[in-house]
Amino acid sequence: MSEARAQGPLRRAARRVGIRLLSALPALFGVLVFTFILMRVLPGDPAVFFAAGAAGGQAEIEMVRQQMGLDRPLPEQLLRYLWDVARGELGMSMTTGQPVRTDLLERLPASLELTFAALLLALGLALPLGVLAALRPGSPVDHLVRFLCTLGVCVPTFVSGLLLVYVFYYLLAWAPDPTGRLDVFAATPPGITGFLLVDFALVRDWEGWRAAAAQIVLPASTMALFVLAPLARMTRASMLAVLGSEFIRTARSLGLSGRRVVLVYALRNALIPVLTISGIVFSTMLGANVLVEKVFSWPGVASYALDALLASDYAPVQGFVLLMAAIFVAVNLLVDLLYGVADPRASVA
Amino acid sequence: MSASTLRHAGYVLRGNPVTALAAAGALALLFVAVFADWLAPHDPVASNVANALRPPSAAHWAGTDQLGRDILSRLIHAARIDLAIAFAAVSLSFLLGAVIGAVCGYLGGMTDRVVGRVVDVLMAFPLFVLAMALVAALGNHVQNIVIATAFINLPFYIRFARAEVNVRRNLGWVEAARASGEPHLSLVLRFLLPNVLPAMAVQISLNLGWAILNAAGLSFIGLGITPPTPEWGIMVAEGARFITAGHWWLVAFPGLALMLSVLCFNLLGDGLRDILDPRMRT
Repeated sequence: MSEARAQGPLRRAARRVGIRLLSALPALFGVLVFTFILMRVLPGDPAVFFAAGAAGGQAEIEMVRQQMGLDRPLPEQLLRYLWDVARGELGMSMTTGQPVRTDLLERLPASLELTFAALLLALGLALPLGVLAALRPGSPVDHLVRFLCTLGVCVPTFVSGLLLVYVFYYLLAWAPDPTGRLDVFAATPPGITGFLLVDFALVRDWEGWRAAAAQIVLPASTMALFVLAPLARMTRASMLAVLGSEFIRTARSLGLSGRRVVLVYALRNALIPVLTISGIVFSTMLGANVLVEKVFSWPGVASYALDALLASDYAPVQGFVLLMAAIFVAVNLLVDLLYGVADPRASVA
Repeated sequence: MSASTLRHAGYVLRGNPVTALAAAGALALLFVAVFADWLAPHDPVASNVANALRPPSAAHWAGTDQLGRDILSRLIHAARIDLAIAFAAVSLSFLLGAVIGAVCGYLGGMTDRVVGRVVDVLMAFPLFVLAMALVAALGNHVQNIVIATAFINLPFYIRFARAEVNVRRNLGWVEAARASGEPHLSLVLRFLLPNVLPAMAVQISLNLGWAILNAAGLSFIGLGITPPTPEWGIMVAEGARFITAGHWWLVAFPGLALMLSVLCFNLLGDGLRDILDPRMRT
């Protein structure tokens, strides 16, 4: 009996993951077909593009075309493409001369580190602000939060990023030169996880850690400002709804301290909708990454794809879109799992 | 618009000065965009290298850029391009989205479920990345910026029109029209769509701000519009190189223009929603 009970939540969680993975398959397949079509309708003939390096004539182009399988019927090409992607074969980048997979894996930690830092920062700001605003609706705090939210959705990330650079680098000189993840002359940590902050902490190089942290503060703040609005607004709304509910009234009437009621009982329930939109917020951030990485010359996957795009090098762009889709599915899965932890009532029927 | 709607609008505007202000701002923006040629004090593309990178002064209210071009004049001309792109993109997605959504909402069944699923996935996907990929696939032209922006707006309209038509498809007057032999297509286009359009108009205003941000973002990263055309996103991108040297006006003014225009359309959209649907007021 006790064994069954212990197994219950685990089995349920496994089932949830299974069902979510299955339902994510059509979406992933759609993205795959989309990127395939993308490749097909791209301007120019890839075979000509590749053969041009060898200054080849018609025969050469024909040979490259056969090598690349471009002379086969479209459905067969699609199948080949799916097979390549399944093996993690994303093609070669013409600009870096390396396989796209190698390039992407090398740069992914930089992007993820930035996005996670920004998400943590945004949540750290949005949750207290939203709770404070909900506790005193109509107060100056509430108005301040509303003002920040209205403003936050109107300022483009590339503008707020540059203005932050102006204030904190040029005027105050608090921030280091806003290019890259680490000063050119600084020692890099051994690549354990690829996340600089984690790696420096692991080898206990606190000076290096501070240098890396100083570099990431501005880009992360830029992105955090961008997603502050939806998070704070949702926290405020759901907190207001929860605070007006009956179990809060009961808890208060039982004489529990106000702090305990708000932080333990109300907040936990109020967090559930916030968690739900965190998935959407994360996917917005993946898009905003492109702009922020460009502003701060951040060596992530988005700036890599962008450079390739501007150089008409399409394999990296496809790889990037696929990677974004995969991350996006993974994050939604994670949110769904957390959702089950935060709210045991939610279960897959 | 009937007299009572106008009266209600007047009442709401009086009680809600922010919306009135936003409407005035949006009108002013349109005015600037239409009459850019007369309003701009200088030629937006005339460069004067001797007078480059000057801070705001009496002669150049917003300063000059790295080629000595008057930033204020460029801002005014850019309003035309940015608004044109946003309006074109939003109208395109509005028209397509309304029809697709209405047809799905009316038909229901399998079509509806498939389209609904696709829309759900699209809405949650990083839309800016999608727009980038589209511009990459279609080619780096202004019209493709419009198409990409329209495409990422589309899911919102499809979902909206679908939901609105779905609640009406079995109402008495629709039944009556169907019973009197009205063909399905004309039932959707002539009876159901006009019914849901007012509610969708609100969505237009809200989406205009978003479309402006997306189009400016795309040109900021170097897609679509090419220099020396004055456009807010490009102006920020060009000014970015000079921000670490302290030339703030190259970035701040186009940034302010973007922010104010998006703010106007967002506040206007919120206000319009209040007028059309008083229950949704927050």
